[in-house]
Amino acid sequence: MKGNVIKYARDNIDTDVIIPGQYLKVHDYSELALHAMEGLDPDFHSKVKEGDFILSGRNFGCGSSREHAPIALSHSGIKAVLALSFARIFYRNAVDGAFLLPIEIEEDAYSNISEGDEIDIDIHTNEIKNITKNKTYKMKPFSEIIGKIIEAGGLFKYKPD
Amino acid sequence: MNITEKILARASGRPRVTPGDVIFANVDKVMMHDVSGPGVIKVFDKLKKQGVNVDKLWDPTKVWVAEDHFVPSPDKVSAENIVKLSNFTKNYGIEKHFKYGMGQYGICHTLSHEEALVLPGDVYVGGDSHTNTTGALGSFACGLGHTDVAYVLLNGKIWFKVPETLYFKLNGKLPEHVMAKDFILKIIGDISTEGGAYKTMQFGGSGINEMSVESRLTLCNMTTEAGAKNGIVEPDQKVIDYLTSRGATNISLVVGDDDAEYEKIYEYEGSEMEPIVAKPFSPENISIVREAPSVELDKSYIGSCTGAKYEDLQAAAKILKGRKVKIRTEILPASISIYKRAMENGLLKIFLDAGATVGPPTCGACCGAHMGVLAKDEICISTTNRNFPGRMGHVDSQTYLSSPLVAAASAVTGKITDPRDLN
Repeated sequence: MKGNVIKYARDNIDTDVIIPGQYLKVHDYSELALHAMEGLDPDFHSKVKEGDFILSGRNFGCGSSREHAPIALSHSGIKAVLALSFARIFYRNAVDGAFLLPIEIEEDAYSNISEGDEIDIDIHTNEIKNITKNKTYKMKPFSEIIGKIIEAGGLFKYKPD
Repeated sequence: MNITEKILARASGRPRVTPGDVIFANVDKVMMHDVSGPGVIKVFDKLKKQGVNVDKLWDPTKVWVAEDHFVPSPDKVSAENIVKLSNFTKNYGIEKHFKYGMGQYGICHTLSHEEALVLPGDVYVGGDSHTNTTGALGSFACGLGHTDVAYVLLNGKIWFKVPETLYFKLNGKLPEHVMAKDFILKIIGDISTEGGAYKTMQFGGSGINEMSVESRLTLCNMTTEAGAKNGIVEPDQKVIDYLTSRGATNISLVVGDDDAEYEKIYEYEGSEMEPIVAKPFSPENISIVREAPSVELDKSYIGSCTGAKYEDLQAAAKILKGRKVKIRTEILPASISIYKRAMENGLLKIFLDAGATVGPPTCGACCGAHMGVLAKDEICISTTNRNFPGRMGHVDSQTYLSSPLVAAASAVTGKITDPRDLN
């Protein structure tokens, strides 16, 4: 999975900045996408391209249970969020609803991947290749259940053993 | 096993569970509201298109629905969401739908305890992050998104990874001017907004035994702000009395075993606790009130599932009685039952005499939805739970989180004020 990186070099990107509370009444996915990241980066909508990734620090998606957050990012074109860690509801919403991949990365990937870098994520080898910088980093593997739900294409398609 | 592990073991049909186990737990109660509900309906529509049978819920008697975020409807979209929700509950035979303007209604988490909708030992999930609140009744209470709630509505179960438990022990009662809100802000300041991530935060010790059920609800409510999967207090006679007085029957208590294990134990001395505020822009950014910056406040907001229970209103009334507010002060009881009690016991008169406004139950400005949102550069002291950028309105507004005592004292002076320092 190849794409370019939009980097927010900070921790605790919360759901209120990913999609502000005033839009919680909106359930039209493309309208939500228009307001993605509005609380932090009003230019996000104009710069994001289909297939891009977000790269950020610790506790990404903290705050509310609003599924609007992964929906707004996914319908903006974001295929994966790479972060040092994730808040639990954002993480499970992203996976169970099959909106995007939440990828836990290590410090080296966080500090060495820059805004605009083209990267290639392989969730089978757990490797992230930085095509722009010709470097490779490890991602943390998904836990067994998360891997299976992703493989199935979301919770509703997953058949428990 | 500790209480959370025992509840999850029972719900997954296993003799025991240990942290890290992945289980499918049978759910006892599930909640959605006017934000998560339409999201769930959208998931149902999508499933229908994929050929999945969504004609029947697993058990409509175990489902309840609240109208709380965008009521009274501020615009057409919100009004349509309420209509969608009403059609859904009608079509699927959900009787527990608490409708705005039709008797009891209020914030979903408040209804969970005011209406005794959740019992000790239950696995309770809801389409809202502050579902954690209800763990104060001794249940496993956990917030989920739309897809997961839709899954529960159709299948009656959901997957969980059994969490590690952090145990917060409070030795001795909190002083009179200190509330549960101060204690939980202190904890979040100590462990950070990620300190409880994916874990259980359990509260115990003599200080918790002394605490009212409503105070325990405040503690569990803000375990969400520490990232926790659930907050919980072992239930006792106070919980039984609280729920029985609200019509519950057949209450059985689950408590942890004597050899229950906890990942870490934190101890606090009640007598050492102080009034606390969380400064912008994070609940972990705490300060003792007496050391808080001397800012000119624009507004005091006493509302939400966190800070507008009856006890919270009583605390605010104690301060506001015979005094006048110096800044805009909005008080929104968290449910109609609380509103009514506040009226019957003279609290509303105290608020109105002080110059404050009393509004209807709603999540309203707490989540920046409507009814009193903040303008650019406005500064608010609030009994709510989050103060991220833009949480209560404009991205350049600021929110200080506090107890109702501090919010009321600050309403009187216009500055962040320790209730002990009022004349």
